[in-house]
Order: sequence, then structure tokens, then C-alpha cells
Amino acid sequence: MTLHAPLAIEATGLVKTYGDTTAVAGIDLAVPPGVVYGVLGPNGAGKTTTIRMLATLIRPDAGSARVLGHDVVTEADAVRAQVSLTGQLASVDEELTGRENLVLLGRLLGLSRAGARARADELLEAFGIAAAAGKLVKHYSGGMRRRLDIAASIVVTPRLMFLDEPTTGLDPRSRNHVWEIARALVAEGTTILLCTQYLEEADQLADGIAVIDRGTVIAEGTPAQLKASVGSGGLRVRLLDAERRPEAAALLERAVGPVTLEADPAGLTAQCPDSARAATGVGELARTGIGIAEFALDQPSLDEVFLALTGHAAEVPPPAATLEEQPS
Amino acid sequence: MSAATTAPDAADTAAVRRAIASTARPPRPGPLSTALTFGWRGMLKVKHVPEQLMDVTLTPVMFLLMFTYLFGGAIAGSTSAYLDYTLPGLLVMSVLFTTVYAGVSLNTDLTKGVVDRFRSLPIWRPAPLLGSLLGDSVRYVIAGTVIIVVGVLLGYRPDAGVAGAVAALALVVVFSFGLSWVFSVLGLLLRSPNAVMNAGFTGIFPLTFLSNVFVDPATLPGPLQAFVDVNLISILATACRSLMDGTPDVGAIVVSLLVAAGLAAVFLPLTTRLYRSR
Ligand SMILES: Nc1ncnc2c1ncn2[C@@H]1O[C@H](COP(=O)(O)OP(=O)(O)OP(=O)(O)O)[C@@H](O)[C@H]1O
Ligand SMILES: [Mg+2]
Repeated sequence: MTLHAPLAIEATGLVKTYGDTTAVAGIDLAVPPGVVYGVLGPNGAGKTTTIRMLATLIRPDAGSARVLGHDVVTEADAVRAQVSLTGQLASVDEELTGRENLVLLGRLLGLSRAGARARADELLEAFGIAAAAGKLVKHYSGGMRRRLDIAASIVVTPRLMFLDEPTTGLDPRSRNHVWEIARALVAEGTTILLCTQYLEEADQLADGIAVIDRGTVIAEGTPAQLKASVGSGGLRVRLLDAERRPEAAALLERAVGPVTLEADPAGLTAQCPDSARAATGVGELARTGIGIAEFALDQPSLDEVFLALTGHAAEVPPPAATLEEQPS
Repeated sequence: MSAATTAPDAADTAAVRRAIASTARPPRPGPLSTALTFGWRGMLKVKHVPEQLMDVTLTPVMFLLMFTYLFGGAIAGSTSAYLDYTLPGLLVMSVLFTTVYAGVSLNTDLTKGVVDRFRSLPIWRPAPLLGSLLGDSVRYVIAGTVIIVVGVLLGYRPDAGVAGAVAALALVVVFSFGLSWVFSVLGLLLRSPNAVMNAGFTGIFPLTFLSNVFVDPATLPGPLQAFVDVNLISILATACRSLMDGTPDVGAIVVSLLVAAGLAAVFLPLTTRLYRSR
């Protein structure tokens, strides 16, 4: 333990290799308690391997880490007693019912039989799976499975929770449920380490973000800092009248930022540091009498973050919402 | 994902908050209670996935019918004489087939991430493995009982009566405890539950046929006979036959028990090591 406010996670120089693959090549993390900390990176960046080391499932080959003040190697049991893991696979038992899954966890954590049952019912109710409580999990939808998985991780509320890509493969509605649950956990004082491929998700939930690539941290900061470093998003406008595009471009260039013209003859995008500036731009256009068919403020995608930070593209598709919106 | 069983009703934020806020961490359960909880899990699986048990018990029942009525007369002179000879061996076959599922279910847990969840819990580490023995033993007993009951329905009467049958069943179950760790190791090394199943049966199937389960080795050519005589499945089948006939072959029983202990001594520590590091 240190004398300062203890960090929830303090990792230095974590390394893990498998044969000639270096999964994690020296990661440092400093996560204060009570926040959501995002670890953002593409497929194969080493997110899961990092989480597995921090959750005491595998030993680091080099480096060390303390979780809630305990060393993950020498005091693994003390770490396990305070954390819980929601892995990349929804790790629930498919051959048991939803309720049995939760009762099992409750019993393993030391609840009485009646206590475990009551706790299971409370969680099933809260997570909106009460109606399917008696069905085998193999018949659950992806969203229900993920919610059950998270419920299983908080049968006893952990002080720290590892969430590994909790919304990959979920529809927007299920994704919002998961985000709600994560926010509720943090509001009650749990620290969350969130691994994700989606900048939007990190932006929505995280107070701090580490971007990792090929097993190392390549950038760190708040979501706002990170987006600023990428040159933020863009104000995308489609005009009613393509003829007036040059005029609109000049105006936005002045009021907002550098403009790129799109393939669509009526479309253009202005790089935009914040939403206030975007609003000014839209207002100016309206005042000048240039008709707007539609406009939107784009978030930068993980792609752009990667391009900006590493000079090479990430090997993941960006989230669907921004898929068609990238000016080339 | 397809076909949700019910429309996912929304997680209710206020209720989620209440649920999160409401827990204090209870004291840790003891090792025995933890292992028993895993035992309960094993039993639930027997209940929820009876197909698995059906597969392995039906095969020996099929062999029982086929061999007895097709070949029984030719091999032993009459079907009833053959049934007397082969039933204890089929008991062995039936229960040993079931042991493969120890590896199959362990591999399922591994590939679904369930092992990761258990390993991240502050529990007595061997508990998941030891607890699963309880569910396994229920499977063994069911598989063994089914084949004995079918035999009795077809006219088989053990000379040593119910006590002999129970003793034989107990011996096979104890042997299976040892053998199941071999499949557990396979379960932790191979890539998919199917691979474990294939590897398991590829090993156990020929061994069953190259034993004295179906034919008296005295009728076999020399080298084959030598192999059949040292085949563990033969020794175990001989031990069971002797128990059911009421003339216990102490040598075969002791060898069976020693081998079971030996398998457990080698493969149980290997299983726990692999389980910890995967
Ligand atoms: N058990 C293992 N054996 C061999 N290689 C592994 C193992 N685990 C991970 N790796 C390799 O290490 C690298 C990092 O993997 P990891 O799973 O940590 O990435 P990730 O960031 O979680 O990716 P994803 O977004 O796909 O989940 C990958 O190249 C992967 O193939
Ligand atoms: Mg991963």
C-alpha cells in the first residue's frame, strides 16, 4: 500500500507472451478508485490478456500489478475476494437456468440457500430476465445472456469489476441496458475497468481512457483530450441546393474549421472542435439563407483515433453509426 | 442471436441500483460446502441434459440386444448362457463410456468461459473439479443400473443376487473415478468438446472390443489372447463377473482398484495443474 490515496489498479510493465506472440508488451496502468476506466484497442491489441492478468487468471511474465492494494500474484486470493470478472464470452452455464446460474454464484460466495435464492430473484427482476428465469440459458438471446452474465458478476457487489467488451454483438437497445447497469455500478462506488473496441462506448462511460495497440499503451487521457488529439469530429451538412456548395464551404471554413467536399455534390464536412462551434456554423448558414437538407455532428471513430495516434489503421470496423460517415 | 424466449423487458434502472446497493459480502464458505455446491451443479446438469446420458446408455443396451440375440447362440451355445457371460462386461462398458463426459463437460466449461468465472472467485481451488465427481457418480450409477435392469428383464439372474450386482456396480464406479481424470486432462488440452468425445471414444471403443467383454479369450489366436488378458477392461470385467457370480476374484479386484488409484494419482494432479494455468 502507498501512503497516497491508493489506486484501484496500479500496473507496471506487464508482459505476457505466448510462444512468439507477444500478447502484452509492457503495459502500465494507473486507475483511480470509483471511475470507469476504458481500455480501448482493436482485435488482438492485448485487452483480454491484460484483464486476465489483473483478474489473477494468468501470471504476468514480467512486471507487476496491484489491484485494490493487493499484488495479483502473491495475494491473488485477496484480489479475487474483491473483484469480479465479466469476460469477453458471456460466461454463464448454458445447461442451467438463469436462476440456477445466479443461485450457484450466491452459494459459492457464501450466501445461505435462502439468501442465494432471494438474491437471484432480486437480480433477475432488476435485470429484466425474471420472465425467463426458469429457462435454460442456451435458449436466451445475446442481450439476455449478457445481462445474466453481469448479474452473475454482482451477486455480491464487487469493489472492482472487469468488463471485457460487454456490448460487442449486441443491438443498440441491449447495449443501452448494459451501459445503464455500468453507470449504476459506478454510482454505487464500484470501479470498472472496461475493455472495448468502440470509442463511442469509452466516450459514453469512461472517465479516463488508455488506448492500446500491439500490447502497449499508445495514448492516455480523458475522452475529451483523446478526441481533441484526433482533431475531434466533423460537422456534416447536406445542402438543399448543390449550386450553393462553394458559398457554404467558404462560410464554414471561416466559422467552423477546414472543409472537405464529399462525393455527394450537395454534401460537405467541416472539421469541428466542439458542438458550440458546429451550432454557430449551422446558424450562419441559415442566416445567409443557404437551405440545409440535413446536418449531423460526427464523433471520430476508433479508426480515426488510430490513424491519428499510430499512423496505421485499426483492423476493426468502426461502430455502425459512423460507418458511412467518414470523409475519405 | 436468434429466438429470445421472451421479449427482453428493460432492465429497470432504479431496481438495478437497489440490487447493487443491497449487498454486504458474506463470510467465505468452507471447502466442503463449496465442493458440494459444485456437486449440486453437476446434478442439475444430469437433470437438464438427459440426452447426454441417453447417448451413452443406449449404445451398450443396443450391444446387449444385438450380441445376445444375433451372436449369443453361436458364441456361447444359447442366448441365456451368453447373457450370463456378457452382462457384467457390458456393465463395465456402459459405465466407462460415461466417464468420457467428465472431459467433455470440462472442455465445454473451458470454451464457454465458465472456467474463467470460477477461477476468478475466491473459492477453494479444487472445488469445481471435486464437486463435478458427484454429478458424474450419479451418471455412472444410472448408466450401470440401466444395463443391469435391461439384463434382468431379458432373463439375467446374478448368482450373488442384488448384493453381487451392487458390489460390481460399486467397483466399476470406483474405477471410473480414477479413469475420469484421464478424460479431464484431455478436456483441458483439446480444442472442443467434440474433439474430446472423439478422442475418448477412439480410445475406449477398441479397448472394449479387444477385451473379454464379448468373447471368451480362450477362443482367440495367441498374440491377441495375450493382449486381451492384460487389457484393463478385461481385468475389470473379470472382477465384476466374479462379484456377480458370487465367487470374488480377489486378484482382479485388487488390480482394478490399484489401477484406479494409480490413474487418479497421476492424472488428478495433472488436471488441477492444467486447470489452474489454462
Ligand atoms: N492463450 C493464448 N495462446 C496463444 N496466443 C494468445 C493466447 N491468448 C492471446 N493470444 C494472442 O495474444 C494477442 C492478444 O490477444 P488478446 O485476446 O489479449 O487481444 P484482445 O485485445 O482482447 O482482442 P479482441 O478484441 O479480439 O478480444 C493476440 O494476438 C492473440 O492471438
Ligand atoms: Mg479480447
